[in-house]
Amino acid sequence: MGKKLLIHNDKVAGISTLEVYRQHGGYASVEKALKTMSPADVVEEVKKSGLRGRGGAGFPTGMKWSFLAKPEGVERYLVCNADESEPGTFKDRYLMEKIPHALIEGMITSSYALGAKTSYIYIRGEYFYVARIVEKAIEEAYAAGYLGKNILGTNFSHDCYVQVGGGAYICGEETALLESLEGKRGNPRIKPPFPAIAGLYGCPTVVNNVETIAAVCPIINMGGDEYAKIGIGRSTGTKLISASGHINKPGVYEIELGLPVEEFIYSDEYCGGIINGRKMKAVVAGGSSVPILPAELILKTDKGEPRLMSYESLSEGGFVSGTMLGSGGFMVYDETTSIVKNLYTFARFYHHESCGQCSPCREGTGWMEKILHRIVEGYGKPSDIDLLWDIQRKIEGNTICPLGDAAAWPVASAIRHFRAEFEEYINHPERIKDVKHYYSVHQLAGA
Amino acid sequence: MPKVTIDGHSIEVPDGTTILQAARMIVDNKNYTGPNIAPPTMCYHSKLKTSGGYCRTCIVKVTKGSEKDPRPMPKPVASCRTTVMDGMEVVNTTSPEVLESRKAVVEFLLINHPLDCPICDQAGECHLQDLGYEHGLSKTRYDFPRRTFNQIDIGPYIKLHMTRCIMCFRCVKVADQITNNRYQGMLFRGDASEISTYIEKAIDNDFSGNVIDVCPVGALTDKTFRFKSRVWFTKPMDAHRNCTKCSGKVSVWLKGSDILRVTGRKDNWGEVQEWICNECRFEKKELKDWVIEKPTHIDRHSVISQNHYENLAQLKLDIGKQQKQISGKK
Amino acid sequence: MSTQVSGTETFGNDLSAKIVFSDEAMQIVQKIIARYPEGKHKSALLPILHIAQAEFGGWLSPKTMDYVASILNIKPIEVYEVASFYTMYNLRPVGKCLLEVCRTSSCWVRGAEDVVKHLEKKLGIKEGETTKDGMFTIKTVECLGSCGTAPMLQCGASYHENLTLEKVDQLLEDYRATGKQRSYTDMDYKNTL
Repeated sequence: MGKKLLIHNDKVAGISTLEVYRQHGGYASVEKALKTMSPADVVEEVKKSGLRGRGGAGFPTGMKWSFLAKPEGVERYLVCNADESEPGTFKDRYLMEKIPHALIEGMITSSYALGAKTSYIYIRGEYFYVARIVEKAIEEAYAAGYLGKNILGTNFSHDCYVQVGGGAYICGEETALLESLEGKRGNPRIKPPFPAIAGLYGCPTVVNNVETIAAVCPIINMGGDEYAKIGIGRSTGTKLISASGHINKPGVYEIELGLPVEEFIYSDEYCGGIINGRKMKAVVAGGSSVPILPAELILKTDKGEPRLMSYESLSEGGFVSGTMLGSGGFMVYDETTSIVKNLYTFARFYHHESCGQCSPCREGTGWMEKILHRIVEGYGKPSDIDLLWDIQRKIEGNTICPLGDAAAWPVASAIRHFRAEFEEYINHPERIKDVKHYYSVHQLAGA
Repeated sequence: MPKVTIDGHSIEVPDGTTILQAARMIVDNKNYTGPNIAPPTMCYHSKLKTSGGYCRTCIVKVTKGSEKDPRPMPKPVASCRTTVMDGMEVVNTTSPEVLESRKAVVEFLLINHPLDCPICDQAGECHLQDLGYEHGLSKTRYDFPRRTFNQIDIGPYIKLHMTRCIMCFRCVKVADQITNNRYQGMLFRGDASEISTYIEKAIDNDFSGNVIDVCPVGALTDKTFRFKSRVWFTKPMDAHRNCTKCSGKVSVWLKGSDILRVTGRKDNWGEVQEWICNECRFEKKELKDWVIEKPTHIDRHSVISQNHYENLAQLKLDIGKQQKQISGKK
Repeated sequence: MSTQVSGTETFGNDLSAKIVFSDEAMQIVQKIIARYPEGKHKSALLPILHIAQAEFGGWLSPKTMDYVASILNIKPIEVYEVASFYTMYNLRPVGKCLLEVCRTSSCWVRGAEDVVKHLEKKLGIKEGETTKDGMFTIKTVECLGSCGTAPMLQCGASYHENLTLEKVDQLLEDYRATGKQRSYTDMDYKNTL
């Protein structure tokens, strides 16, 4: 059994209240940090821990914090990115819903480290009920003196607010999130300047994922060196994985980084194997943006080594035979799944979510969706596969923000690993006409 | 002053200069005889703050970041929004990769463009036309219905033909930066985005007409000039008048002795030099309203330069420059 | 795409109704505005639009948006730009219960299409349409972060997860029985938001 640091108490009754949370050791990191450490010490511990951003990019958090500009007399902000919208990812929702104080504790400790007097938690609009839970927790924290003026009698004061979004995947991109937080359209900004120099309201800002911020608490409690011992190599600590698709036990699991993928999928402690005992066909390991891998490549690298749930192991082999840990949105597809149709749902998603600012993404995502729709409907042309390949290649890298890449990678990987299936769709549309490409709800209900 | 090298041509530029501006400075130099290494632009406009970065036609590759940090930049960058660092090396026209990416961007810009140049008033002075001519494919690979919108009138003088728009945001920035009220903006998102007023509202402002001049395509056109003449049949002349609202320095476009339209004066890069007011633009269409100065300078490569005689000295200068370019190429 | 809102729809809010926040709602609005630094009140736009949508009939008419603009002292176009960018703001009237069915990958592989088809059959309308009585609107949406409990649909603030067709039937019955308008802010936003 791997170590759990974030959601080990998720089944405790009343853990969403401050009282129960404190009984289980909550807010210890705030006490420790504010009373015994300097802000620089906290940053140092986070650096030592090797914690990497849990939102998807995996950038070292300590380093991100150390980039924060600290001009005199200018406000600094901490913004929590809770705009979890990557298909296949629902870990932040789980964490905030079950243990909202873990996030708030992390926000206070992190804000102390960064010298931020105000922080905002930007929660995607669809999670309105979660926002409500977090807000209630914030109220409790104010009442208990963890937020507000002179926290725990120190001279650190901090205000934390929740902001709800309006429904846009792109607001998960940090600069789009800041634009949205300023009450504008969620158009990503052109960088530089990066938020660490000019972020919210033009002030230096750090934007971190919910899980990243929550992970700061155990790091301060146990010390950065101790935290770095968990996990494997440069993938330190634990990670929340959202497992979904054709598995017996979908849900959020906390794993120690370095867990073999095979164990994660088939062990009863985690996903519990494939539904109805079928064979696994493919896996998207880190949210819809990362390359899809066929079963054999997700279990073993092309060198034949077992693949592990870590930043390095999953990306072993580059995009030719590897993928990415991303946000930890682990989607499993069994042998009945149509990869082409599944890709179409991704393409439709990215088309729907493109902000429309820059031309390759605005026009390219729509074009890819239209072609895939044609193929799925049985009207594909033989040249369509190469055309798709060409379009994705031309979107990738040419856009303002990573959404362009995110839209291109699934297309590239699906064609790379499942080209034959595309050809089948195009050459034999009659064969796919009446095939059901997915489980019906009856099947799942056992009818 | 940082020194930057673009396609092998070096220049020292003031701090804060972008790659694009540096490239233009190189080309604008009187003694320069090399090829045009300035990246094409659609959304950048030198007179508009925060413009640029959206269309991606000006992308270049930075092969050396700076003297301090010589690592190349991993992705192509928008030259209009990337500031020059000392020792930076950039490739534009010398990089097949950049040209390939640019070709891709042009293809993306054109897939939903109606290509109705034969009936578009912008034809002949359209930046997208130039871009398509230089970097486009001769045949489209896009075989789906194109996006269309209804045309709308924004007030009595301006026609918005959204179908042609390429979302450069220039008109939105003009409204934001030079008028005190903005009625039009970018609505919806993705490829459903459109410039619109949402509820039909007349743009009622003395400087609103400038959105026509900044529009790189035929999305915003002058209703007083609509379908009057192809631009290459008209003669542009620099003219001025005493105006209480603006500088009164304009180009008037003549056919015979009729003024068919009035626009702001544009620089070498097709960007307006000075904003003009609506009175000058829309209401002063008589020769007696204006003091004609001289023929407006038109690039010899433009279709408008046909039968357009500028002063002899300039003509000689142009021909000389062109000949040098030809011999330079050899 | 036409952006003109005709205002001829008969359901939804009454267009002749006066658009003014109740004192109670106004207090919440002021509280939200106070969260942001001096002069940055535009930040409050998204939350206030949610409240406006809940208060004024489940959608944002131009009149409603103009009203929000006047509260925040910004130009109406700034509100239109934002409202039209985000998917949760309805620019046209919708039924009292907006049924948003997720259809992205994980939901799709677990039968989201069945749920949509079932709803269409049951309600006699197509995706994107509203029932004649103005009770239900079906909308398909992209990933709502409920992949582990797919298929799912959202109505107002509530997530209905692990759907079966029976559950969907029950849901429709319950909603019809109460006949209440559902909004994202249902979770008692009046206390805090």
